Amino acid sequence: MINYIIYVITFILLGISFRKDKQKTKKALKKSWRAFNNILPEFLGVIMLVGVLLSIFNADVISRLIGKESGWIGIVASAVVGAITLIPGFVAFPTAALLLQNGAGYMQIGAFVSALMMVGIITIPVENRYFGKKLTILRNSFAFLFSFLVAYVIGKVVGGI
Amino acid sequence: MKIIKRYSFPLVGIFIITIITLFNRELGMKTFNTAIYGVKEMVLVIPPVFILLGLLDIWVPRETMVKYMGESSGLKGVILAIILGSAAAGPLYGAFPIAAIFMKKGVKFSNVLIFIGAWSTTKVPMFLFEMSALGVRFAVTRLLIDIPGIIIIAHILNLLLTKDEIEEIYKNAESILD
Repeated sequence: MINYIIYVITFILLGISFRKDKQKTKKALKKSWRAFNNILPEFLGVIMLVGVLLSIFNADVISRLIGKESGWIGIVASAVVGAITLIPGFVAFPTAALLLQNGAGYMQIGAFVSALMMVGIITIPVENRYFGKKLTILRNSFAFLFSFLVAYVIGKVVGGI
Repeated sequence: MKIIKRYSFPLVGIFIITIITLFNRELGMKTFNTAIYGVKEMVLVIPPVFILLGLLDIWVPRETMVKYMGESSGLKGVILAIILGSAAAGPLYGAFPIAAIFMKKGVKFSNVLIFIGAWSTTKVPMFLFEMSALGVRFAVTRLLIDIPGIIIIAHILNLLLTKDEIEEIYKNAESILD
């Protein structure tokens, strides 16, 4: 839904730009294409990797890793799974809700959701192209560590531990 | 030869999927289908990101971006970075090209990092979805800890990189756009 809204906004802006200055708009689109073309191999490679990893880390495996057994191992496992996988939110949140109903702890789910959103192991090749190795590694490491803090706070506030 | 070298990463991916399919047909097909789904998602998310990037590059003067999000933009720049990141849709990889154009336009490095942090965690559409799936308490708690979190992480990262390294990242961002 939000994707379509962004499409509509983009087309409206493109229309305004075109009415104001055809040449400039053409130049903008050429720039867009070049910027896209530059990064396309990384994008495609990442998508292949996502395919491989998501078929290994399916909902079944995930729920086994961070299911009822829980504990700190469960929290670390859920952060690792979240860091590796690249699941769209509309799949991740219902999955997380389902895991909660099946006995996963709030800390595990907090770690999972946070790492899922902030850490992108699979997208490292893309991030690396834009930001270089050092920043990419540092950013992902801090985000990973931060997920444990998020897990702890969510466990305290929501889980009441 | 040049094109094969350029596309070596996706080619390795195809190779891995082929190997998986040879050993386990079912798993291979599943992998293939997930990859197709990934391509579809990319097709849905990426075009507007790059079109907006082109339009921003052509129409928004550098001075404007520097004024609102540059070195001396202060709190205004931080808030703008959070709002822009939160208004986004799509996975984190969509944020990187936009971050690159921000750098080209002279946005302060810590604000670029805050923007990426906001894109990854405080996105409004995702927040609404999270509230309905995991409850208001869960979503609001996460939001409240994430906002200071991404600002602090941005500043730590900023401190850990030398001036030269940051300059190098800015130069690289410009070269990947043109």
